[in-house]
Amino acid sequence: MIKTVIKKGAYFDSVSLMQVARKLNAISGVIDSAVVMATRENKGIIKASGLLTPEILKAGDSDLAIAVSVKSPAAAEAAFKSADELLNRKPSRDTDGAARKAAGLDDAVKMLEGANLAVISVAGRFAGALAARCLEKNLNVMLFSDNVPVETELALKKAAVKKGLLVMGPDCGTAIINGAPIAFANSVRRGNIGIVAASGTGLQEVTTLITNEGAGISQAIGTGSRDVKIEIGALTLLQALKMLASDPGTEVLLIVSKPPHPEILKRITAEIRKIRKPVVAVFLGGVIEEKIKDDFYAARTLEEAAYKAVCLGKGWKLARAREIIYDMNLKAGELAKTEAARKKRSSCLRGLFSGGTFVSEAQVILPELLGGIWSNAPLDKKWKLKDSLKLSGHAVIDMGEDEFTVGRPHPMIDFSLRNKMIVSEAARPEVSVLLLDVVLGYGSNPKPLEDILPSIKEAFSRNRELSIVASVTGTETDPQVRSKVVKGLEAAGVIVMPSNAGACRLAGEILRLSGKRVKP
Amino acid sequence: MKLFESELKVINIGLESFRQGLNDSGVKSVQARFKPPLSGETALFDRAGRHSGRIEKANKKVLARILGAKPALVGMGTALDVVPGMKKDLILHAGPPVAWARMCGPMRGGIMAALIYEGLARDPKEAEKLAASGKIKYSPCHEHNAVGPMAGIISASMPVFIVKNEAAGNYAYATQNEGLGKVLRYGAYSPEVIERLKWMETALYPTLKAAIASLGRIDLKAIVAQALHMGDEVHNRNRAGTSLFYRAIAPAVIATCRDTGTAARVLEFINGNDHFFLNLSMALSKASLDAGRGVKDSSVVVVMARNGTDFGVQLSGTGGKWFTGPAPVPDALYFPGYTKADANPDIGDSAITETNGLGGFAIAAAPAIVQFVGGTAADAVGYTLAMYEITAGENNIYKIPYLNFRGTPTGIDVIKVAKSGILPFIDTGVAHKKAGIGQVGAGVLSAPPEPFAKAFEYFANNLK
Repeated sequence: MIKTVIKKGAYFDSVSLMQVARKLNAISGVIDSAVVMATRENKGIIKASGLLTPEILKAGDSDLAIAVSVKSPAAAEAAFKSADELLNRKPSRDTDGAARKAAGLDDAVKMLEGANLAVISVAGRFAGALAARCLEKNLNVMLFSDNVPVETELALKKAAVKKGLLVMGPDCGTAIINGAPIAFANSVRRGNIGIVAASGTGLQEVTTLITNEGAGISQAIGTGSRDVKIEIGALTLLQALKMLASDPGTEVLLIVSKPPHPEILKRITAEIRKIRKPVVAVFLGGVIEEKIKDDFYAARTLEEAAYKAVCLGKGWKLARAREIIYDMNLKAGELAKTEAARKKRSSCLRGLFSGGTFVSEAQVILPELLGGIWSNAPLDKKWKLKDSLKLSGHAVIDMGEDEFTVGRPHPMIDFSLRNKMIVSEAARPEVSVLLLDVVLGYGSNPKPLEDILPSIKEAFSRNRELSIVASVTGTETDPQVRSKVVKGLEAAGVIVMPSNAGACRLAGEILRLSGKRVKP
Repeated sequence: MKLFESELKVINIGLESFRQGLNDSGVKSVQARFKPPLSGETALFDRAGRHSGRIEKANKKVLARILGAKPALVGMGTALDVVPGMKKDLILHAGPPVAWARMCGPMRGGIMAALIYEGLARDPKEAEKLAASGKIKYSPCHEHNAVGPMAGIISASMPVFIVKNEAAGNYAYATQNEGLGKVLRYGAYSPEVIERLKWMETALYPTLKAAIASLGRIDLKAIVAQALHMGDEVHNRNRAGTSLFYRAIAPAVIATCRDTGTAARVLEFINGNDHFFLNLSMALSKASLDAGRGVKDSSVVVVMARNGTDFGVQLSGTGGKWFTGPAPVPDALYFPGYTKADANPDIGDSAITETNGLGGFAIAAAPAIVQFVGGTAADAVGYTLAMYEITAGENNIYKIPYLNFRGTPTGIDVIKVAKSGILPFIDTGVAHKKAGIGQVGAGVLSAPPEPFAKAFEYFANNLK
């Protein structure tokens, strides 16, 4: 049976609500649940799950709808009670009045004298207006929210440039300002490398690789994924380059992006030429052939870019970046042989990623080893998967894409859907290597091992020939502690590499070697 | 640039978990609450933004008039004689206009009581028939410079306080408070209700009138300012205000009343009614806010009032136009034997106190009544602080000790309400939905969104 409760005029952000729904699903007797603001889009989403009751249909944008599919009325009651408790939970920490929430923006500015950054993660349709108000109050803005119209983004960024403020985002998942991790970010070492990135995962990967190699970060600025498109004209990226160029704490600049629009690339290269500091850039899926300036260094992968920046930051010779990667490959080569020797059937690779940029990086590395790679987020459109849930051949998928995330938290937080796919893909006879990413840090799943290990064990039990290769994006000072997660995964039989690029090379190499032995 | 060279201080709006990384890095941060805006018409916000210079100027003018008001009790009179537009067949009521057919129980009951009191009907049955007949006209108190708590009924022969805003010269009127229990303002019309009203007309009124006349004037603004320092917010708690008024009036009552028995009964009546001052704090608020009316381009709210069916709002810049929506049922503490199911939707002109920066807006000054707002003083403080988000300014006279004597949030700006989604917070009494039963509880509520959304949209659409 399906039971519904409507709470009039009770606004909650969608991520909090999804977290509540997830907890309701764990209550015994609850088959499925939806906890959503009763907007038209949400009604559409829950219609698919059969939870759209007449009461919810009648409810409006500002009403909270809780619907549960239950085996008994008692389960429904338990679920509603639990939802009430979860939604009305009081903050546990209560230090120096820090627990008091500001009533709104005006109050917040009064409470925190000298506030200089607003981090906004409310629903996209409200985020633009809120960001504009923050700019009016001379706050820099990190806009985590997505679904902000492109014209709103442009207006915000223009206003920010005028005032000398920074707008990171919309759809900016990661930043590190003055050493502090913001939103989905890792606890990194401070140092002299300043980063501008159009991708959150890319930013996390390079900052953690740099930290784990002993170098450090001065600032890491996210631009949002659309910044380098022609409509926006890289306003934030250009502004960030200027800020880093004049920042005394930054000695090396690192740019992470998808290939910009050619017009925009011109503007970026012009700005790079003005910078009197070495600049490393990775445009995943594209390469800069042009000689921009003497101390400009292009990279093909996040890994290469990070290690080049480390060398420049530490004053090492640049060849050392290659050596770090070479050493990693040397070890991986042995592992690949051992793993390949176990395969008796011809086989396919399946990459199941929570970080979108890793999918791009995989597509830069794997084709050289394996040929064409299918994806739901292909660098080359001809390799676009028709159905993201039906994988064929070698395939890498971004589980952070809309088709996987509508109505549920991002796969870096909620592993459940990927766990299901780990098991179902492992069970396919043609699959012999699974390639995974595990992203640590603030914002991400606080207990990754607990959540992922059961499905890893199940995957190995379904497929005796299976190899699972993973990278763990994180640092020792992250809340989840990288070495603990690595050890846990290794104990379960997963091969963990220091970088996503390393994991991609190893996975590809295993299949290349086994393909030589076993003819398809 | 500046950001990299200053200490990072973050305002987090949305996911609270984002503060963990900041806390662990020793970065100071504040979580700001977020509510969706009341209106989805973003173009209207842009429009208001384009005219913000003019609007701010107008609002400043209105606020200066409200803050500069000097309301004093200067006399008493009979409604027919002193209330503008009052007629024998006219009954004034609380809130926005409402026809008999749509009136709630307590308002109908109050009107029936008034018709019996006026001698226009002999009994409730006759009163009800007459009330519905079309022979009696109805009009909001607010359209006659008057205010009334709960049903807010004023009929021709009722005595009223006369409050003068000595700064602008305008007047406001309110009846004498009847006390608790079975009373007209909660819709009761039994013989004891009428009897009390008659006593108030024949004994209380002349005694107070003489006392006030001998004093010349009583400075109400000073009483309210002091009452806030004594734990009142002068809406749901009027104990200090009533005491201060008693101190002001008692010597004059003794000096002017020739019959000691009457003097004693009058003083005992005031002493026994903690809410006696409410009607005066309402009239003071009305006199202050009316001075702010009619300023072009001003988005300041000059009236919030409920008739038990609708909640109505008027703005300074939109003349006499009412913006209404359904009145909600308050969250309340109920007297034993009653529940929310018995409660009438919100009713009364008393939200004029909130409109004037008092009542729910000053709840942080009244720790004694925090059980109405969640039980802790911090809850009360939180409500007052939230109101600064939607007001045009802070009061220069009404101050809150706990907030280091910060002025109360005053002058609700409908643009700020619409933009922030934060709704005015109102203290209130709760009437039984059936006429004749009376008060069943007291509590609080947030004003409903519709009237403010409508007011904002109309205001923004008509900016020229």
